Amino acid sequence: MAPKVPPQPTLEQSTTAAAGHGHAHEAPPKGLMRWLLTTNHKEIGTLYLIFSLTMFFVGGIFAMVVRAELFQPGLQLVQPEFFNQMTTMHGLIMVFAAVMPAFTGLANWMIPLQIGAPDMALPRLNNFSFWLLPVAFTLLLSTLFMPGGAPNFGWTFYAPLSTTYGPPSTTFFILSLHIAGISSILGAINIIATILNMRAPGMRMMDMPLFVWTWLITAFLLIAVMPVLAGVITMMLMDINFGTSFFDAAGGGDPVLFQHLFWFFGHPEVYIMILPAFGIVSAIIPTFARKRLFGYASMVYATAAIAILSFLVWAHHMFVVGLPLVAELFFMYCTMLIAVPTGVKVFNWITTLFRGSISFEPPMLFALAFVVLFTIGGFSGLMLAIAPADFQYHDTYFVVAHFHYVLVPGAVFAIMAGVYYWLPKWTGHYPNERLAQWHFWLSVIGVNLTFFPMHFSGLAGMPRRIPDYALQFADFNLVASLGAFMFGASQLLFVAVVVLCVRGGRKAPGRAWEHAEDLEWSVPSPAPLHTFDTPPKFERSSH
Amino acid sequence: MTTPQSSDDPRKGVRRTVWRSVAALLGMFAFAFALVPLYDVFCEVTGLNGKTNNSAQAVMHDGVDETRLVTVQFITRSGSGLNWGLDVETRQLRVHPGQPTEVSFTFDNHGDGESWGRAVPSVSPSKASLHLRKISCFCFQEQRLGAGERREIPLVFQLSRDLPDDVNTVTLVYTLYPVEDRDAPQQASAQSLEGEQS
Repeated sequence: MAPKVPPQPTLEQSTTAAAGHGHAHEAPPKGLMRWLLTTNHKEIGTLYLIFSLTMFFVGGIFAMVVRAELFQPGLQLVQPEFFNQMTTMHGLIMVFAAVMPAFTGLANWMIPLQIGAPDMALPRLNNFSFWLLPVAFTLLLSTLFMPGGAPNFGWTFYAPLSTTYGPPSTTFFILSLHIAGISSILGAINIIATILNMRAPGMRMMDMPLFVWTWLITAFLLIAVMPVLAGVITMMLMDINFGTSFFDAAGGGDPVLFQHLFWFFGHPEVYIMILPAFGIVSAIIPTFARKRLFGYASMVYATAAIAILSFLVWAHHMFVVGLPLVAELFFMYCTMLIAVPTGVKVFNWITTLFRGSISFEPPMLFALAFVVLFTIGGFSGLMLAIAPADFQYHDTYFVVAHFHYVLVPGAVFAIMAGVYYWLPKWTGHYPNERLAQWHFWLSVIGVNLTFFPMHFSGLAGMPRRIPDYALQFADFNLVASLGAFMFGASQLLFVAVVVLCVRGGRKAPGRAWEHAEDLEWSVPSPAPLHTFDTPPKFERSSH
Repeated sequence: MTTPQSSDDPRKGVRRTVWRSVAALLGMFAFAFALVPLYDVFCEVTGLNGKTNNSAQAVMHDGVDETRLVTVQFITRSGSGLNWGLDVETRQLRVHPGQPTEVSFTFDNHGDGESWGRAVPSVSPSKASLHLRKISCFCFQEQRLGAGERREIPLVFQLSRDLPDDVNTVTLVYTLYPVEDRDAPQQASAQSLEGEQS
């Protein structure tokens, strides 16, 4: 296709952009103040990613405590009360402080580069939404040292367990979640404003890279459901402190209402954590298969379909609360329907790989593992979607296996794939190939050792969120714990690779990967602090 | 939206996008709170969560369906934080749809002080809840029991004749919940009303 770029008043745009976003070219503050006050999307992206990696290790340590306690039957290391705090904090930290900020960080770094914008639309808001996060999670982690301990009611914080029976620190937990929620919402507004208004001249919506598309849809999901989460925790706050009875049956409220409201947020939330992963994988697979992505338009529509369906399936988390038969059927079929657009995506990736000229660099390894292992998680999700079968699986380790398969080798592997893919762009160096390979293989073996046996212990009836278990589950748990230690330790290699890559390594050219096509590869590596001050000419290549 | 940025100032577009997003945000926040009454209305209309009517209903005089017998079970539970017992004269009854039935419940205050409590009903299966008519029930009011007091209060109910055919057993659960000390005179009138019925 001949690139037809309409003549655009690029000069005017670049000047407004430069003036409007106040690039202080004079003397940027040094040291700590530079990071505290930065409005640069790349620096803020870096901050997000470092924060997320730190929290990944904090949440990971909590997971190691859990797995160490479950290494053998019986109580060895921690008390059940503390065990419950560990499972709760692990979930909360991983969801809200590790996975979500990691995607926001990647969005900050890559969306302006991929659409040819000089920065995010609202750079100062961007700074604010990042700095809310350390505040929120310092507050949340501080509850561990409070009398009565940290939240211990599971990351789903079902009322009345979290209201009537919650520890005194629950109010702090609510506040921290409010702050984290505001941060996500502001980030989402910024991303939408950037994508809709700041694309390079000539780039239509259907020309955008899929990472941008999936993030746009994710941002809409965030705007739709984070306020519902805010509403739910506000109701909790009022039930706890101001004597209302939203979720208190004694006062005419209804605990089941909590579950409806929570999962109305919670189910779209799980897609918030996976849609950007789809976008990353859709960028990496074509690059290393050296083929165009198969079915670009169907990928966009499938993402949108998943997002819309995500609002119609929340009660599949609640099959056992006593829903009427009609509702069970409705939510069961809607849930199964999600397999269709998800299947479209998986088949598109496979078709992209088909007869491709594939090479197995670290980003590709993680992306391929993502496709295989995420699909396993998808299949166990389909099993859970069968309402009558869910009566058996509900609240067992089968559920734990399912959501860890979609979140760890799903979302987390995609984030790591993205980091390996874009590290040359960020640092100007390729990551150390040998170490990255070790990291990959140890991770992929560790993940499967950890979570695959959980399918079996779950089907055999081992309940989740317990510090001790019946003897027949001992072997499965032993394997899972060993796998978890292996997975946890191998993440230190990841840190080593990233640190080494920042400090040096094989120099990467602007187009660091042979077949990489999107706009970010047209700027030098490492990407200079300010890029696209003049909007680039967008050349319509393939889609 | 599908066209690339038009020639007008992108900052204007950003502002528009931000305002729209904020409006959507506020709308969704309000929606979360609106779901609370909507949920109640939805449950009341469909009877989905097993809640029964909160006020007395009149007896329906459209005859008794002698051909059908439905088992009605009673479960009583003392909730947390209230040192009361709740008992029922019989755990299980067989009734014809349309037939008004009286069952006696006994409230026991095991504590050594006066306290307020309330029995909250729930019906299972939930689709029966719209067909369970309570002509008189202690669950409409909060109760006050003195130290060691014991009181018998009847429940008069009727299953309507249009109870779905596949419902053969209706379970009625009463859970006792404490009520914080409230304006006593106001409650006293409710109490005397209850007294007349018993």
